[in-house]
Amino acid sequence: MWYLKLIVRNAFRHQLRTGLTVLGIVVAILAFGLLRTVVDAWYAGAEAASATRLVTRNAISLIFALPLTYQGRIRQIEGVKSVSHANWFGGVYITEKNFFPQFAVQAQSYFALYPEFIISPDEMREFMHDRRGAIVGRRLASIYGFKPGDQVTLRGTIFPGNWEFVVRGVYDGAEARTDTSQFFFHWEYLNETMRKISPRRSNSVGVYVIGLTSAGHAAAVTAAIDATFKNSLAETLTETEQAFQLGFVSMTEAIVVAIEIVSYLVIFIIMAVMANTMAMTARERSAEYATLKALGFGPLPLAAMIFGESLAIAAVGGLAGIALTFPAAERFAAEVGSLFPVFNVDSGTVMMQAAAALLIGAVAACLPALRAAQVRIADGLRHAG
Amino acid sequence: MPSSTESIVEIRNLVKSYRRGDQIVPVLSGITFDIAAGDYVALMGPSGSGKSTLLNMIAGIDKPDSGSLRVAGTDITALNESDLAAWRARNVGFIFQFYNLMPVLTAFENIELPLLLTDLSARERGEHVAAALAMMSLSDRSDHYPSELSGGQQQRVAIARAIITDPAILVADEPTGDLDRVSAAEILHLIERLNRELGKTVILVTHDPHAAGKARTVRHLEKGELSEA
Amino acid sequence: MKIPLSYSLRNLWTRKLTTALTAGGMALVVFVFSTVLMLEEGLRKTLVETGSRDNVVVIRRSSQTEVQSVIDRAQAAIIESQPQVALGADGGRLVSRETVVLVNLIKRDSGRPTNVLIRGIAPHGLTLRPQVRIIAGRMFRPGSSEIIAGRSAAGRFRGAGIGETLWFGLREWTVVGTFDAGNSGFDSEIWGDAIQLMQAFRRPVYSSLLFRLNDPESFDQVRSQIERDQRLTVEAKRENVYYEEQSRLLANFIRYLGLTLSIIFSVGAVIGAMITMYASVASRTAEIGTLRALGFRQRSILAAFLTEAVLLGLIGGALGLTLASFMQLFTISTMNWQSFSELAFSFTLTPAIAVRTLLFALAMGVVGGFLPAARAARLNIANALRAA
Repeated sequence: MWYLKLIVRNAFRHQLRTGLTVLGIVVAILAFGLLRTVVDAWYAGAEAASATRLVTRNAISLIFALPLTYQGRIRQIEGVKSVSHANWFGGVYITEKNFFPQFAVQAQSYFALYPEFIISPDEMREFMHDRRGAIVGRRLASIYGFKPGDQVTLRGTIFPGNWEFVVRGVYDGAEARTDTSQFFFHWEYLNETMRKISPRRSNSVGVYVIGLTSAGHAAAVTAAIDATFKNSLAETLTETEQAFQLGFVSMTEAIVVAIEIVSYLVIFIIMAVMANTMAMTARERSAEYATLKALGFGPLPLAAMIFGESLAIAAVGGLAGIALTFPAAERFAAEVGSLFPVFNVDSGTVMMQAAAALLIGAVAACLPALRAAQVRIADGLRHAG
Repeated sequence: MPSSTESIVEIRNLVKSYRRGDQIVPVLSGITFDIAAGDYVALMGPSGSGKSTLLNMIAGIDKPDSGSLRVAGTDITALNESDLAAWRARNVGFIFQFYNLMPVLTAFENIELPLLLTDLSARERGEHVAAALAMMSLSDRSDHYPSELSGGQQQRVAIARAIITDPAILVADEPTGDLDRVSAAEILHLIERLNRELGKTVILVTHDPHAAGKARTVRHLEKGELSEA
Repeated sequence: MKIPLSYSLRNLWTRKLTTALTAGGMALVVFVFSTVLMLEEGLRKTLVETGSRDNVVVIRRSSQTEVQSVIDRAQAAIIESQPQVALGADGGRLVSRETVVLVNLIKRDSGRPTNVLIRGIAPHGLTLRPQVRIIAGRMFRPGSSEIIAGRSAAGRFRGAGIGETLWFGLREWTVVGTFDAGNSGFDSEIWGDAIQLMQAFRRPVYSSLLFRLNDPESFDQVRSQIERDQRLTVEAKRENVYYEEQSRLLANFIRYLGLTLSIIFSVGAVIGAMITMYASVASRTAEIGTLRALGFRQRSILAAFLTEAVLLGLIGGALGLTLASFMQLFTISTMNWQSFSELAFSFTLTPAIAVRTLLFALAMGVVGGFLPAARAARLNIANALRAA
């Protein structure tokens, strides 16, 4: 109790210095939290992947399509509960800056495979009745103000022309990490139009999404599907949904790694600043430490005082930094738009922030505590005059 | 007159040198003398004579290079750091030139500080501190911070702190060096009372003959060697 | 009277630990700042040097990249017949009908697959790109299943080295040469015969057309001709502009993130500098009072302390820049979000970046040191002396 009194009062002795130090820690913890959230967002797709879904694509690369005829054959493989398919549309909504994922899907089977997309039955019915209907995610709807009944025009890049849709429903995610920034429409609409403008490209599918009867069948079904189409015109590559998502991440891995490194760098920078502060403070108080030692206080109580003060300052800064991370993340997500479909500060990040703050406080106190414990009383007293 | 002929401080052949860069500067070259219990000793000498160093040795806050030092019945040269710290807490009261009070603690809390090393309860500590404050006529200043007290008042707080654990010896290094004449006289009077009424052994270091005026025994230190007054 | 520079220098030297920690913090910030600038520059260099101002790329309207573009034979013929298309030494038009596909290849270091761009070119394809030189082996024979790989691709992907083979489009392709494209985007590509590739992938259409302008200034003319032609649904861009646009999304992201980080970091470093300088002023109060009493003006005091802060900044800046220059030893390879293919580029340090970095470091010193220096300058002389 007594030590707490000393620690708190000492911490507030130099209000400007303590204030600046706390500010520095707040900035560092905030930056750290934001960066880690960015890294998490990168992996969000893989995190949200289901263990009972597989993705099959053309073995050459994602830009090559698969024939529609594969669907029936995949359906017959043992372990497969259902099959659906999707095409990446890649259209432009007004300007290129407004990026969000658009998929032409076989609606009935697709939404059955994604129970985490929650749609009201009425809206679903409207969607099924309108061939040009579209279902959009809640996040997308809030960014662009889409409501059921709105007309949306997308300028095709892969599939040329201007495509008109009518929003028929808005889906919510079952969990915080579900991606609600997607735009779904009927594959039939895509196919019919392509049959008219470019028949060679009709009846083709971007990826097949396969639902397994149980997660344990994943390896067997994966092998079976790829074996079925080996040596055909369009060989397939099947992987779990998580592996598929991670594939994208690994292609931009360099950037994610860089961001992770930078997030740790920020902690080191502020550690240097705080260590400096504590060192200066300890040096200025060497007469006091010498006096305490003369009175009979051992090196441990002295070290405890210094650690206590450092940790107290770090704790204040850390708590403030953690609290600010949430509104900051929201601002950031708003700025970046739909580049990161999921942008949540999760509990793991908060724990890392807390640990970082504690680490900063502890490391910063090490050298000063050591010096204070070792100071020779006579020398320390001499400093006073 | 010393109240007993028993020596509370026994010094034999104390030697101490300091390193300054790559030079070794001898400070004490073989000091031998005794201090009787209850005595009031003034150690005098010019600057650099080693008087503060000698005081530091007796108080257990510095160690000699060689020689023996028995204070209050213990050979303190043989004690390790933590035992020495515990010894100091029980046996020595410090009075410094610049008071050395904790700026963030009130007068009351500064005086209470040494009692934290004992196992008295908070209430018991409070009683002791109140008594000390009364003795120093500072009861009305008990929750003032050092920055709110005059030099003389601060030194009185320091003296209260020095006697709160009822130590055997009081060491004072230029206690009046930073005070005006009136406050200085007050402080010297207080110290003399502590010696006369409470029987505390006082060892005072000063270069000012006026400050040494109240002492019963005066020893001179010159270039690390002791001489009789 | 001016206070000499040595005063500031010596004060920094006396408190070594503090100086080291403060300058160290600033150095880390400078490191991040300059690294981001170098990354941006490296990306820009790689993509801008890809492509010449004298060449024109034609792709389908609104397709954004070659990968998503489709041009059929009829349209290709019309485009080739434009009068602004230059003629080669052999009298033929300097045009290359090209087809690009993305293929999954395995990286040598991580064993993981990534998208690589395979470009099918016409015989003039090499001539149109004079910055590309075959540095090992030879050019592929037209009509064969031979391919050549860019220097970066050959090094990074399994099967892309000379003598190695790759399997795609139900065919085995042999690498017969390696080419150097002067650190441009082409270095990450693999080239083969366009007709052969189209057959292998069963695509009867091209992705793009590349031609040389006979007069570099006639671009606007030929562009409006092409884009107004009713029979064509294409758009034309100068080759260098086309590639520069490819990197825009990635470059913008890097710049935005980097700037945000640098600002946040610099706040931390400035705070560190302020704390240090305030403490420095506080511990030298008596000294300052003495200097003032001796006759030094307030602005000399301000200048002396500001100099100290600026020196801290410069030390940190020099250290950070030196560390950052080692980053030039590394290459980054990542997927370009627009073209979807993998791109390798490195950190490039230019004199301009070095200057900007040092100015940034200087600014941090000034901002961090100003308020403390002002406080030092405004101390009351009598009070300051009393602290002695």
